[in-house]
Amino acid sequence: MLRDITLGQYYQTESVIHKLDPRVKLGGTLLYIISLFLFHSFVGYVIAAGFLAIVIGLSHVPFKFMIKGMKAIFFLLLITVVFNLFLTPGRELVSFWKLTITVEGLRMAVSMAVRLTLLIIGSSVMTLTTTPNNLTDGMEKMMKPLKVFRVPVHEVAMIMSIALRFIPILMEETDKIMKAQIARGADFDSGNLIQRAKALVPLLVPLFISAFRRANDLAMAMEARCYRGGEGRTKMKPLIYEKRDRVAYLCIFAYLAAGIALSRLAGMLWAGI
Amino acid sequence: MSIILDHVSYVYGEGTPLEVRALDDVSIQISDGEFVGIIGHTGSGKSTLVQHMNGLLKATSGHIYFNGQDIYDRDYSLKKLRSKVGLVFQYPEHQLFEIDVFTDVCFGPKNLGLDKKEAELRAFQALRSVGLPEELYYQSPFEISGGQKRRAAIAGVLAMKPEILILDEPTAGLDPKGRKEILDQIGKLRTETGMTILLVSHSMEDVAEYVDRIIVMNRGRVMYDDVPKQVFSRYRELEEVGLAAPQVTYILHELRDRGFQVDTEATTIGEAAETIWKAMTT
Repeated sequence: MLRDITLGQYYQTESVIHKLDPRVKLGGTLLYIISLFLFHSFVGYVIAAGFLAIVIGLSHVPFKFMIKGMKAIFFLLLITVVFNLFLTPGRELVSFWKLTITVEGLRMAVSMAVRLTLLIIGSSVMTLTTTPNNLTDGMEKMMKPLKVFRVPVHEVAMIMSIALRFIPILMEETDKIMKAQIARGADFDSGNLIQRAKALVPLLVPLFISAFRRANDLAMAMEARCYRGGEGRTKMKPLIYEKRDRVAYLCIFAYLAAGIALSRLAGMLWAGI
Repeated sequence: MSIILDHVSYVYGEGTPLEVRALDDVSIQISDGEFVGIIGHTGSGKSTLVQHMNGLLKATSGHIYFNGQDIYDRDYSLKKLRSKVGLVFQYPEHQLFEIDVFTDVCFGPKNLGLDKKEAELRAFQALRSVGLPEELYYQSPFEISGGQKRRAAIAGVLAMKPEILILDEPTAGLDPKGRKEILDQIGKLRTETGMTILLVSHSMEDVAEYVDRIIVMNRGRVMYDDVPKQVFSRYRELEEVGLAAPQVTYILHELRDRGFQVDTEATTIGEAAETIWKAMTT
């Protein structure tokens, strides 16, 4: 049940995308997301989808695996589409009962759906191909300039990597405790809202206790290995840009430029007709 | 009162690259009053196997019958099944959550819909049968020792008065003394109530002394299903799959190889001592 969430999960395999510097993937994903909101035309979305398809192809992660992550946000997507579809004012297209679908609404709904889908899949490509540790390493290095403003960059990165590391562990733990309580006759699936909330107590109390226990153990283990914050700490595998990273940056900018140019061009042609 | 597993297979993450065949065509019958040990090394499918017996996991293929009824039938109540087949998980103390031990043990019987009086009576009996000192009944379950926590958790399942009790690695993480205490307590429970008990373990030593039948699991399949003496006589094959026979088996075989007339089929220390004594004196 909980294992279906692929967002934030790493998929182990060998590929060019996996080998890229995490900073490239972070920056690339950010630029990709921005690009989705810059492109306003059909042509733009086709280019965005095409680019994503190529990246997915290179990543060797089965497409099925990415779609799985979509399940989690399916309802969000549905609500967005429905609201946009019916509540956008404009030229009437179809109308039944009290609901009207407008041309603008339809266009808006479709473009929203496409954008959200590409956005989610685009960012899951990043998390599926980068280990959490790598990801936070990249983030730490990218945010280093913020240290001037007394932002505790290293600490934030450490907190994030620990949090990410604990997600699968706690999910497994939840699954186990849930089963143990079901075996004792607990019922998590029926009853009204209050009953269900109450039914969660036998799950949440042990879960919190186990989380605290694990946190305690981890703190102990870190101290035993002389961890004392980021000051003067060196990396075993420092992040260094290589040729493939530069090529990747080039590809991303080429995509961005091509996308903007073509969608502008398409827009102008559209206006010309 | 029997459980029959009929060609049960279970696949984790079907259709993904992480697909694991945890159970592969397992057929087992467990009859009333048996004391069965399920043995296998980590990842052999023993925990997955027992989670099928109370319907927590649904087999990918195959059928399971409890007292002659198919538990996958649409109108079969899994909740009822779970009250009949008590499952004590690995590290059961991690499931404790109430303010005191006694209330926690009441959780199971209360979920069965019993009234307060009956639930408390059962909790009391269960706590007594696991041998937990009475002064601990009203302490927080988080402030008692590890071994005591485990007893309290086992009592939590016993209070539901199951017909079959399954214990998944009940001695994991306990010191030798705690292990012996828990196992003795389980043995006592068996002799007193005649309950069917399944003991999951990766240690032959643990089960050798108590059970009258051993099922050895390897890679999701049943490797052996026989009385302990027969299973241990294959100690060479057991070693190949990462298991070992009890230490006495090795000693006895060594002695036999050196010309002593000992009975290599002895499985417990007591039996071994006897046969060695015999060989020495005659």
